[in-house]
Amino acid sequence: MQKNKYDKKYIDKVNKQTPSTPVVKNCLCAFLFGGLLCAVAEVFYNYLMTKNNNETLTRMIISICLIVLTAILTGIGVYDKIAAVAGAGLSVPISGFANSVCSPAIEYAAEGHILGTSEKMFSLAGAVIVYGCSLASLYGMIYYFFIR
Amino acid sequence: MIEVKSSVIELKNKPCIISCSSVVGQNEGCGPLGHLFDHVYENDGIGQSSWENAESELLFQAKKIAMEKARLEINEIDVVMAGDLLNQCTASTYANRNSGSPFVGLFGACSTMALSLGLTSIFVDGGYADYALAAVSSHFCSAEKQFRYPLEYGCQRAPSSQRTVTGAGAFIVGKNESNRVYISRVLLGRIVDLGITDTSNMGAAMAPAAAESVSEFFKETKTSADDYSLILTGDLGKIGSELLKEYLYERKGIDISKNHSDCGKLIFDSERQNVNSGGSGCACSAVVLASLIMNKLKANALKKVLFVGTGALMSPLTSLQGETIPAVAHIVELNSFGG
Repeated sequence: MQKNKYDKKYIDKVNKQTPSTPVVKNCLCAFLFGGLLCAVAEVFYNYLMTKNNNETLTRMIISICLIVLTAILTGIGVYDKIAAVAGAGLSVPISGFANSVCSPAIEYAAEGHILGTSEKMFSLAGAVIVYGCSLASLYGMIYYFFIR
Repeated sequence: MIEVKSSVIELKNKPCIISCSSVVGQNEGCGPLGHLFDHVYENDGIGQSSWENAESELLFQAKKIAMEKARLEINEIDVVMAGDLLNQCTASTYANRNSGSPFVGLFGACSTMALSLGLTSIFVDGGYADYALAAVSSHFCSAEKQFRYPLEYGCQRAPSSQRTVTGAGAFIVGKNESNRVYISRVLLGRIVDLGITDTSNMGAAMAPAAAESVSEFFKETKTSADDYSLILTGDLGKIGSELLKEYLYERKGIDISKNHSDCGKLIFDSERQNVNSGGSGCACSAVVLASLIMNKLKANALKKVLFVGTGALMSPLTSLQGETIPAVAHIVELNSFGG
Protein backbone atom coordinates (compact mmCIF):
# COMPACT_ATOMS: atom_id res chain seq x y z
CA MET A 1 0.00 0.00 0.00
CA GLN A 2 1.13 3.55 -0.64
CA LYS A 3 2.38 5.25 2.50
CA ASN A 4 1.07 8.64 3.35
CA LYS A 5 3.30 11.68 3.43
CA TYR A 6 2.99 13.62 6.66
CA ASP A 7 3.02 17.38 6.58
CA LYS A 8 4.48 18.14 9.98
CA LYS A 9 4.10 21.89 9.61
CA TYR A 10 0.36 21.54 9.03
CA ILE A 11 -0.15 18.97 11.79
CA ASP A 12 1.63 21.25 14.27
CA LYS A 13 -0.59 24.14 13.21
CA VAL A 14 -3.72 22.02 13.64
CA ASN A 15 -2.62 20.89 17.09
CA LYS A 16 -2.00 24.48 18.08
CA GLN A 17 -5.31 25.79 16.77
CA THR A 18 -7.63 23.00 17.87
CA PRO A 19 -9.20 23.87 21.22
CA SER A 20 -8.21 21.27 23.79
CA THR A 21 -10.75 19.45 25.94
CA PRO A 22 -11.54 21.50 29.06
CA VAL A 23 -9.65 19.19 31.44
CA VAL A 24 -10.10 21.22 34.62
CA LYS A 25 -13.83 21.68 34.08
CA ASN A 26 -14.27 18.00 33.18
CA CYS A 27 -12.33 16.89 36.26
CA LEU A 28 -14.39 19.16 38.49
CA CYS A 29 -17.67 17.87 37.01
CA ALA A 30 -16.47 14.27 37.35
CA PHE A 31 -15.53 14.91 40.99
CA LEU A 32 -18.88 16.54 41.82
CA PHE A 33 -21.16 14.10 39.96
CA GLY A 34 -19.14 11.00 40.88
CA GLY A 35 -18.94 12.17 44.50
CA LEU A 36 -22.66 12.91 44.62
CA LEU A 37 -23.51 9.49 43.21
CA CYS A 38 -21.27 7.71 45.69
CA ALA A 39 -22.53 9.83 48.61
CA VAL A 40 -26.15 8.97 47.78
CA ALA A 41 -25.19 5.29 47.49
CA GLU A 42 -23.41 5.52 50.86
CA VAL A 43 -26.53 6.99 52.54
CA PHE A 44 -28.61 4.09 51.20
CA TYR A 45 -25.92 1.64 52.27
CA ASN A 46 -25.97 2.94 55.84
CA TYR A 47 -29.75 2.88 55.89
CA LEU A 48 -29.93 -0.72 54.58
CA MET A 49 -27.23 -1.83 57.01
CA THR A 50 -29.45 -0.74 59.91
CA LYS A 51 -32.14 -3.05 58.48
CA ASN A 52 -30.24 -6.28 57.74
CA ASN A 53 -26.67 -5.83 59.00
CA ASN A 54 -25.34 -8.00 56.13
CA GLU A 55 -22.48 -6.22 54.37
CA THR A 56 -22.20 -8.46 51.28
CA LEU A 57 -25.94 -8.41 50.65
CA THR A 58 -26.20 -4.64 51.10
CA ARG A 59 -23.32 -3.93 48.73
CA MET A 60 -24.96 -6.15 46.15
CA ILE A 61 -28.33 -4.41 46.54
CA ILE A 62 -26.71 -0.99 46.09
CA SER A 63 -24.91 -2.13 42.91
CA ILE A 64 -28.12 -3.62 41.50
CA CYS A 65 -30.01 -0.41 42.26
CA LEU A 66 -27.37 1.66 40.39
CA ILE A 67 -27.50 -0.69 37.41
CA VAL A 68 -31.30 -0.70 37.23
CA LEU A 69 -31.48 3.08 37.62
CA THR A 70 -28.89 3.55 34.83
CA ALA A 71 -30.74 1.14 32.57
CA ILE A 72 -33.99 3.07 33.06
CA LEU A 73 -32.33 6.44 32.51
CA THR A 74 -30.58 5.10 29.37
CA GLY A 75 -33.85 3.69 28.07
CA ILE A 76 -35.75 6.94 28.44
CA GLY A 77 -32.90 8.87 26.81
CA VAL A 78 -31.81 10.92 29.83
CA TYR A 79 -28.53 9.25 30.79
CA ASP A 80 -26.48 10.48 27.82
CA LYS A 81 -27.53 14.07 28.52
CA ILE A 82 -26.38 13.87 32.16
CA ALA A 83 -23.21 11.98 31.17
CA ALA A 84 -22.31 14.68 28.63
CA VAL A 85 -21.78 16.97 31.64
CA ALA A 86 -20.74 14.47 34.31
CA GLY A 87 -18.21 12.56 32.16
CA ALA A 88 -16.02 10.24 34.21
CA GLY A 89 -18.20 10.95 37.27
CA LEU A 90 -20.77 8.60 35.79
CA SER A 91 -18.64 6.38 33.56
CA VAL A 92 -16.18 5.19 36.23
CA PRO A 93 -18.82 3.93 38.72
CA ILE A 94 -20.87 0.86 37.77
CA SER A 95 -23.38 3.18 36.06
CA GLY A 96 -20.90 3.59 33.19
CA PHE A 97 -20.70 -0.14 32.68
CA ALA A 98 -24.49 -0.51 32.78
CA ASN A 99 -24.89 2.26 30.21
CA SER A 100 -22.29 0.73 27.89
CA VAL A 101 -24.31 -2.51 27.88
CA CYS A 102 -27.78 -0.93 27.58
CA SER A 103 -27.02 1.64 24.89
CA PRO A 104 -25.90 -0.78 22.12
CA ALA A 105 -28.72 -3.15 23.13
CA ILE A 106 -31.24 -0.40 22.32
CA GLU A 107 -29.34 0.85 19.26
CA TYR A 108 -29.17 -2.53 17.53
CA ALA A 109 -32.72 -3.65 18.37
CA ALA A 110 -33.62 -2.99 14.71
CA GLU A 111 -31.24 -5.79 13.66
CA GLY A 112 -33.10 -8.44 15.70
CA HIS A 113 -32.91 -9.99 19.16
CA ILE A 114 -30.06 -12.41 18.47
CA LEU A 115 -27.75 -10.82 15.89
CA GLY A 116 -28.72 -7.31 16.95
CA THR A 117 -29.41 -6.69 20.63
CA SER A 118 -27.68 -9.65 22.26
CA GLU A 119 -24.66 -9.81 19.97
CA LYS A 120 -23.91 -6.10 20.02
CA MET A 121 -24.71 -5.70 23.73
CA PHE A 122 -21.08 -6.20 24.73
CA SER A 123 -19.49 -4.33 21.84
CA LEU A 124 -18.44 -1.55 24.23
CA ALA A 125 -18.41 -3.43 27.55
CA GLY A 126 -16.38 -6.32 26.09
CA ALA A 127 -13.10 -4.53 26.75
CA VAL A 128 -14.02 -3.98 30.41
CA ILE A 129 -14.98 -7.64 30.84
CA VAL A 130 -11.86 -9.01 29.12
CA TYR A 131 -9.32 -6.82 30.88
CA GLY A 132 -11.28 -6.79 34.15
CA CYS A 133 -11.35 -10.60 34.31
CA SER A 134 -7.71 -10.94 33.16
CA LEU A 135 -6.42 -8.54 35.79
CA ALA A 136 -8.62 -10.09 38.48
CA SER A 137 -7.18 -13.53 37.67
CA LEU A 138 -3.64 -12.17 37.71
CA TYR A 139 -4.20 -10.48 41.05
CA GLY A 140 -5.85 -13.65 42.36
CA MET A 141 -2.76 -15.66 41.50
CA ILE A 142 -0.41 -13.11 43.05
CA TYR A 143 -2.59 -13.11 46.18
CA TYR A 144 -2.74 -16.92 46.32
CA PHE A 145 0.99 -17.50 45.92
CA PHE A 146 2.64 -14.52 47.60
CA ILE A 147 0.32 -12.56 49.85
CA ARG A 148 -1.98 -15.11 51.50
CA MET B 1 -19.48 19.41 -25.93
CA ILE B 2 -17.08 19.21 -23.05
CA GLU B 3 -13.67 20.73 -23.45
CA VAL B 4 -11.26 19.19 -21.01
CA LYS B 5 -8.91 21.88 -19.83
CA SER B 6 -6.76 19.95 -17.38
CA SER B 7 -8.76 19.36 -14.21
CA VAL B 8 -11.44 22.01 -14.74
CA ILE B 9 -14.34 20.92 -16.91
CA GLU B 10 -15.96 23.81 -18.79
CA LEU B 11 -19.66 23.27 -19.40
CA LYS B 12 -20.26 25.05 -22.71
CA ASN B 13 -24.03 24.47 -22.76
CA LYS B 14 -24.51 25.90 -19.27
CA PRO B 15 -26.85 23.30 -17.76
CA CYS B 16 -29.22 24.87 -15.30
CA ILE B 17 -30.87 23.96 -12.04
CA ILE B 18 -34.55 23.33 -12.79
CA SER B 19 -35.53 22.83 -9.18
CA CYS B 20 -34.12 21.96 -5.78
CA SER B 21 -35.44 20.82 -2.45
CA SER B 22 -34.33 20.47 1.16
CA VAL B 23 -35.85 18.43 3.98
CA VAL B 24 -34.36 18.39 7.46
CA GLY B 25 -34.81 17.02 10.97
CA GLN B 26 -35.92 18.81 14.09
CA ASN B 27 -32.56 20.22 15.21
CA GLU B 28 -31.80 21.74 11.81
CA GLY B 29 -35.33 23.16 11.74
CA CYS B 30 -34.58 25.00 15.00
CA GLY B 31 -31.40 26.45 13.49
CA PRO B 32 -30.98 29.88 11.87
CA LEU B 33 -32.05 28.58 8.43
CA GLY B 34 -35.07 26.60 9.74
CA HIS B 35 -37.67 28.76 7.98
CA LEU B 36 -36.01 28.31 4.56
CA PHE B 37 -36.25 24.53 4.25
CA ASP B 38 -39.03 22.88 2.24
CA HIS B 39 -39.97 20.53 5.03
CA VAL B 40 -38.94 20.15 8.67
CA TYR B 41 -39.66 16.85 10.42
CA GLU B 42 -40.81 17.11 14.02
CA ASN B 43 -39.27 13.80 14.96
CA ASP B 44 -35.92 12.42 13.77
CA GLY B 45 -37.42 8.93 13.47
CA ILE B 46 -39.32 10.22 10.37
CA GLY B 47 -41.99 7.60 11.19
CA GLN B 48 -39.70 4.71 10.19
CA SER B 49 -38.61 1.53 11.96
CA SER B 50 -34.85 2.23 11.88
CA TRP B 51 -32.48 5.18 11.50
CA GLU B 52 -31.34 3.79 8.16
CA ASN B 53 -34.90 3.72 6.85
CA ALA B 54 -35.43 7.22 8.24
CA GLU B 55 -32.48 8.49 6.20
CA SER B 56 -33.78 6.77 3.11
CA GLU B 57 -37.19 8.36 3.61
CA LEU B 58 -35.56 11.82 3.87
CA LEU B 59 -33.87 11.30 0.50
CA PHE B 60 -37.09 9.99 -1.04
CA GLN B 61 -39.04 13.03 0.17
CA ALA B 62 -36.37 15.45 -1.05
CA LYS B 63 -36.48 13.83 -4.47
CA LYS B 64 -40.27 13.92 -4.55
CA ILE B 65 -40.45 17.61 -3.65
CA ALA B 66 -37.81 18.50 -6.26
CA MET B 67 -39.79 16.64 -8.94
CA GLU B 68 -43.06 18.26 -7.90
CA LYS B 69 -41.47 21.71 -8.09
CA ALA B 70 -40.11 20.94 -11.58
CA ARG B 71 -43.46 19.36 -12.60
CA LEU B 72 -41.61 16.28 -13.78
CA GLU B 73 -42.57 12.62 -13.54
CA ILE B 74 -40.01 10.03 -12.53
CA ASN B 75 -39.88 8.52 -16.04
CA GLU B 76 -38.71 11.88 -17.37
CA ILE B 77 -35.54 11.77 -15.23
CA ASP B 78 -32.79 10.22 -17.36
CA VAL B 79 -30.35 9.49 -14.58
CA VAL B 80 -30.31 9.69 -10.78
CA MET B 81 -26.98 10.20 -9.03
CA ALA B 82 -27.28 9.93 -5.31
CA GLY B 83 -25.13 9.23 -2.29
CA ASP B 84 -25.06 9.17 1.50
CA LEU B 85 -22.82 8.19 4.39
CA LEU B 86 -24.08 4.68 5.08
CA ASN B 87 -22.19 1.52 4.15
CA GLN B 88 -22.85 0.55 0.53
CA CYS B 89 -24.88 3.78 0.05
CA THR B 90 -28.06 2.03 1.16
CA ALA B 91 -30.04 5.17 1.99
CA SER B 92 -29.79 6.20 -1.68
CA THR B 93 -30.47 2.79 -3.18
CA TYR B 94 -33.51 2.07 -1.01
CA ALA B 95 -34.92 5.53 -1.67
CA ASN B 96 -34.66 4.89 -5.43
CA ARG B 97 -35.57 1.24 -5.65
CA ASN B 98 -39.03 1.77 -7.12
CA SER B 99 -38.15 4.72 -9.30
CA GLY B 100 -37.15 2.90 -12.48
CA SER B 101 -34.64 5.59 -13.51
CA PRO B 102 -31.03 4.64 -14.25
CA PHE B 103 -29.23 4.98 -10.93
CA VAL B 104 -25.65 5.76 -9.97
CA GLY B 105 -24.69 5.44 -6.29
CA LEU B 106 -21.92 7.83 -5.30
CA PHE B 107 -19.65 8.01 -2.30
CA GLY B 108 -17.71 11.16 -1.66
CA ALA B 109 -18.47 11.36 2.06
CA CYS B 110 -19.63 14.90 2.86
CA SER B 111 -18.54 16.12 -0.60
CA THR B 112 -21.18 13.99 -2.32
CA MET B 113 -23.51 16.94 -3.04
CA ALA B 114 -20.85 18.74 -5.06
CA LEU B 115 -19.83 15.47 -6.69
CA SER B 116 -23.37 14.49 -7.74
CA LEU B 117 -24.26 18.02 -8.83
CA GLY B 118 -21.03 18.20 -10.84
CA LEU B 119 -21.49 14.81 -12.50
CA THR B 120 -25.16 15.36 -13.38
CA SER B 121 -24.26 18.73 -14.93
CA ILE B 122 -21.56 17.06 -17.02
CA PHE B 123 -24.12 14.46 -18.15
CA VAL B 124 -26.65 17.09 -19.15
CA ASP B 125 -24.02 19.29 -20.77
CA GLY B 126 -22.74 16.38 -22.83
CA GLY B 127 -26.25 15.67 -24.07
CA TYR B 128 -26.48 12.33 -22.33
CA ALA B 129 -29.50 13.37 -20.28
CA ASP B 130 -32.31 15.92 -20.59
CA TYR B 131 -33.01 15.86 -16.87
CA ALA B 132 -30.70 14.45 -14.23
CA LEU B 133 -31.32 14.29 -10.53
CA ALA B 134 -28.59 14.76 -7.92
CA ALA B 135 -29.51 13.91 -4.36
CA VAL B 136 -27.81 13.21 -1.03
CA SER B 137 -28.83 12.45 2.52
CA SER B 138 -27.36 12.06 5.97
CA HIS B 139 -28.87 11.38 9.37
CA PHE B 140 -27.34 12.19 12.74
CA CYS B 141 -28.50 8.94 14.36
CA SER B 142 -27.47 6.55 11.55
CA ALA B 143 -24.10 8.29 11.26
CA GLU B 144 -23.50 8.04 15.01
CA LYS B 145 -24.40 4.35 14.90
CA GLN B 146 -22.02 3.65 12.03
CA PHE B 147 -19.10 5.93 12.80
CA ARG B 148 -19.16 6.56 16.55
CA TYR B 149 -21.09 5.22 19.52
CA PRO B 150 -24.68 4.11 20.13
CA LEU B 151 -26.97 7.11 20.54
CA GLU B 152 -27.70 6.60 24.24
CA TYR B 153 -24.07 5.99 25.19
CA GLY B 154 -22.95 8.66 27.64
CA CYS B 155 -19.79 10.31 26.35
CA GLN B 156 -18.34 13.79 26.09
CA ARG B 157 -17.68 15.33 22.70
CA ALA B 158 -14.45 17.05 21.75
CA PRO B 159 -14.72 20.83 21.14
CA SER B 160 -13.53 20.21 17.56
CA SER B 161 -16.24 17.65 16.78
CA GLN B 162 -19.09 18.39 14.38
CA ARG B 163 -22.72 17.32 14.38
CA THR B 164 -23.99 15.31 11.39
CA VAL B 165 -26.93 17.08 9.78
CA THR B 166 -30.19 15.15 9.56
CA GLY B 167 -31.65 15.92 6.19
CA ALA B 168 -31.58 15.47 2.45
CA GLY B 169 -31.24 17.70 -0.56
CA ALA B 170 -32.11 17.13 -4.21
CA PHE B 171 -31.36 19.10 -7.39
CA ILE B 172 -32.78 18.55 -10.85
CA VAL B 173 -30.35 19.62 -13.54
CA GLY B 174 -31.63 20.26 -17.04
CA LYS B 175 -30.69 21.90 -20.33
CA ASN B 176 -30.17 25.63 -20.32
CA GLU B 177 -33.28 27.75 -19.91
CA SER B 178 -33.40 31.49 -19.48
CA ASN B 179 -33.82 32.97 -16.01
CA ARG B 180 -32.40 29.98 -14.19
CA VAL B 181 -29.34 29.41 -12.05
CA TYR B 182 -26.77 27.66 -14.23
CA ILE B 183 -23.54 25.72 -13.79
CA SER B 184 -20.56 26.78 -15.83
CA ARG B 185 -17.56 24.83 -14.50
CA VAL B 186 -16.82 21.71 -12.49
CA LEU B 187 -13.59 20.58 -10.88
CA LEU B 188 -13.28 17.04 -9.62
CA GLY B 189 -10.90 17.11 -6.67
CA ARG B 190 -7.80 15.11 -5.93
CA ILE B 191 -7.25 13.22 -2.71
CA VAL B 192 -5.22 15.15 -0.18
CA ASP B 193 -3.97 13.63 3.06
CA LEU B 194 -1.58 15.59 5.23
CA GLY B 195 -1.57 13.12 8.08
CA ILE B 196 -4.47 14.08 10.37
CA THR B 197 -5.69 11.07 12.37
CA ASP B 198 -8.18 12.65 14.77
CA THR B 199 -11.69 11.69 13.59
CA SER B 200 -13.23 14.29 15.86
CA ASN B 201 -11.40 17.00 13.93
CA MET B 202 -12.56 16.41 10.36
CA GLY B 203 -12.50 20.10 9.45
CA ALA B 204 -8.72 20.01 9.87
CA ALA B 205 -8.44 16.92 7.67
CA MET B 206 -10.57 18.43 4.89
CA ALA B 207 -9.25 22.01 4.86
CA PRO B 208 -6.07 21.22 2.82
CA ALA B 209 -8.15 19.36 0.20
CA ALA B 210 -10.44 22.38 -0.14
CA ALA B 211 -7.44 24.70 -0.36
CA GLU B 212 -5.72 22.62 -3.05
CA SER B 213 -8.90 22.39 -5.16
CA VAL B 214 -9.65 26.11 -4.83
CA SER B 215 -6.12 27.19 -5.75
CA GLU B 216 -6.05 24.76 -8.68
CA PHE B 217 -9.41 26.07 -9.86
CA PHE B 218 -8.25 29.70 -9.73
CA LYS B 219 -5.02 28.85 -11.52
CA GLU B 220 -6.66 26.86 -14.31
CA THR B 221 -9.50 29.30 -14.94
CA LYS B 222 -7.36 32.42 -14.42
CA THR B 223 -9.86 33.75 -11.91
CA SER B 224 -9.39 35.00 -8.37
CA ALA B 225 -11.39 35.16 -5.16
CA ASP B 226 -12.65 38.64 -6.13
CA ASP B 227 -14.52 37.20 -9.13
CA TYR B 228 -16.92 35.40 -6.83
CA SER B 229 -19.68 36.74 -4.64
CA LEU B 230 -19.27 33.75 -2.38
CA ILE B 231 -16.86 30.86 -1.88
CA LEU B 232 -18.95 28.32 -0.04
CA THR B 233 -17.24 25.31 1.51
CA GLY B 234 -19.19 22.22 2.54
CA ASP B 235 -18.63 21.35 6.16
CA LEU B 236 -15.28 22.54 7.45
CA GLY B 237 -16.87 23.99 10.57
CA LYS B 238 -15.33 26.78 12.61
CA ILE B 239 -11.89 25.21 13.02
CA GLY B 240 -11.59 23.93 9.44
CA SER B 241 -12.68 27.28 7.98
CA GLU B 242 -9.92 29.12 9.81
CA LEU B 243 -7.37 26.51 8.75
CA LEU B 244 -8.50 26.78 5.11
CA LYS B 245 -8.14 30.55 5.03
CA GLU B 246 -4.68 30.43 6.61
CA TYR B 247 -3.52 27.55 4.40
CA LEU B 248 -4.60 29.39 1.24
CA TYR B 249 -3.06 32.65 2.37
CA GLU B 250 0.22 31.28 3.63
CA ARG B 251 0.92 28.60 1.02
CA LYS B 252 -0.88 29.86 -2.09
CA GLY B 253 -1.07 33.60 -1.54
CA ILE B 254 -4.84 33.57 -1.97
CA ASP B 255 -7.01 35.64 0.35
CA ILE B 256 -10.60 34.40 0.59
CA SER B 257 -11.39 35.88 4.00
CA LYS B 258 -13.74 38.51 2.52
CA ASN B 259 -16.13 36.19 0.69
CA HIS B 260 -15.75 32.81 2.30
CA SER B 261 -18.55 31.05 4.13
CA ASP B 262 -19.10 27.50 5.31
CA CYS B 263 -22.32 25.47 5.35
CA GLY B 264 -21.25 23.79 8.60
CA LYS B 265 -21.17 27.19 10.28
CA LEU B 266 -24.39 28.48 8.67
CA ILE B 267 -26.75 25.61 9.47
CA PHE B 268 -26.54 25.68 13.27
CA ASP B 269 -26.31 28.39 15.88
CA SER B 270 -23.18 27.13 17.63
CA GLU B 271 -23.82 29.17 20.78
CA ARG B 272 -27.38 28.03 21.28
CA GLN B 273 -27.38 24.54 19.75
CA ASN B 274 -24.32 22.96 21.38
CA VAL B 275 -22.77 21.65 18.15
CA ASN B 276 -19.12 22.44 18.93
CA SER B 277 -17.34 23.19 15.62
CA GLY B 278 -20.51 23.12 13.47
CA GLY B 279 -22.50 20.82 11.20
CA SER B 280 -21.24 18.07 8.90
CA GLY B 281 -22.54 15.26 6.70
CA CYS B 282 -23.67 15.05 3.08
CA ALA B 283 -26.89 16.88 3.85
CA CYS B 284 -25.11 19.80 5.50
CA SER B 285 -23.92 21.39 2.26
CA ALA B 286 -26.94 20.06 0.33
CA VAL B 287 -29.66 21.69 2.41
CA VAL B 288 -27.81 24.98 2.86
CA LEU B 289 -27.19 25.20 -0.91
CA ALA B 290 -30.76 24.19 -1.75
CA SER B 291 -32.26 26.78 0.58
CA LEU B 292 -30.29 29.90 1.50
CA ILE B 293 -27.81 29.98 -1.38
CA MET B 294 -30.22 29.00 -4.16
CA ASN B 295 -32.73 31.60 -2.92
CA LYS B 296 -30.06 34.28 -3.12
CA LEU B 297 -28.85 33.12 -6.54
CA LYS B 298 -32.41 33.14 -7.87
CA ALA B 299 -32.98 36.61 -6.46
CA ASN B 300 -29.71 37.77 -8.03
CA ALA B 301 -28.41 38.72 -4.59
CA LEU B 302 -25.44 36.48 -5.30
CA LYS B 303 -23.96 36.52 -8.81
CA LYS B 304 -21.34 33.80 -8.84
CA VAL B 305 -20.87 31.12 -6.20
CA LEU B 306 -17.99 28.67 -5.95
CA PHE B 307 -19.45 25.66 -4.18
CA VAL B 308 -16.66 23.57 -2.68
CA GLY B 309 -17.94 20.24 -1.33
CA THR B 310 -15.50 18.72 1.13
CA GLY B 311 -15.36 15.09 2.22
CA ALA B 312 -13.30 13.01 4.65
CA LEU B 313 -12.88 9.57 3.12
CA MET B 314 -12.00 7.37 6.09
CA SER B 315 -13.98 4.49 7.55
CA PRO B 316 -14.34 3.45 11.22
CA LEU B 317 -12.05 0.49 10.49
CA THR B 318 -9.22 2.46 8.91
CA SER B 319 -9.36 4.89 11.84
CA LEU B 320 -9.01 2.02 14.33
CA GLN B 321 -6.09 0.70 12.29
CA GLY B 322 -4.32 4.02 12.87
CA GLU B 323 -4.64 5.26 9.29
CA THR B 324 -4.73 8.97 8.49
CA ILE B 325 -7.79 10.70 7.03
CA PRO B 326 -7.71 11.28 3.25
CA ALA B 327 -9.92 14.11 2.07
CA VAL B 328 -11.30 15.39 -1.22
CA ALA B 329 -12.97 18.59 -2.40
CA HIS B 330 -15.05 18.93 -5.56
CA ILE B 331 -15.99 22.31 -6.97
CA VAL B 332 -19.12 23.43 -8.82
CA GLU B 333 -19.38 26.99 -10.14
CA LEU B 334 -22.92 28.34 -9.89
CA ASN B 335 -24.15 31.50 -11.59
CA SER B 336 -27.30 33.53 -11.20
CA PHE B 337 -29.03 34.18 -14.55
CA GLY B 338 -27.93 37.78 -14.48
CA GLY B 339 -24.34 36.82 -13.60
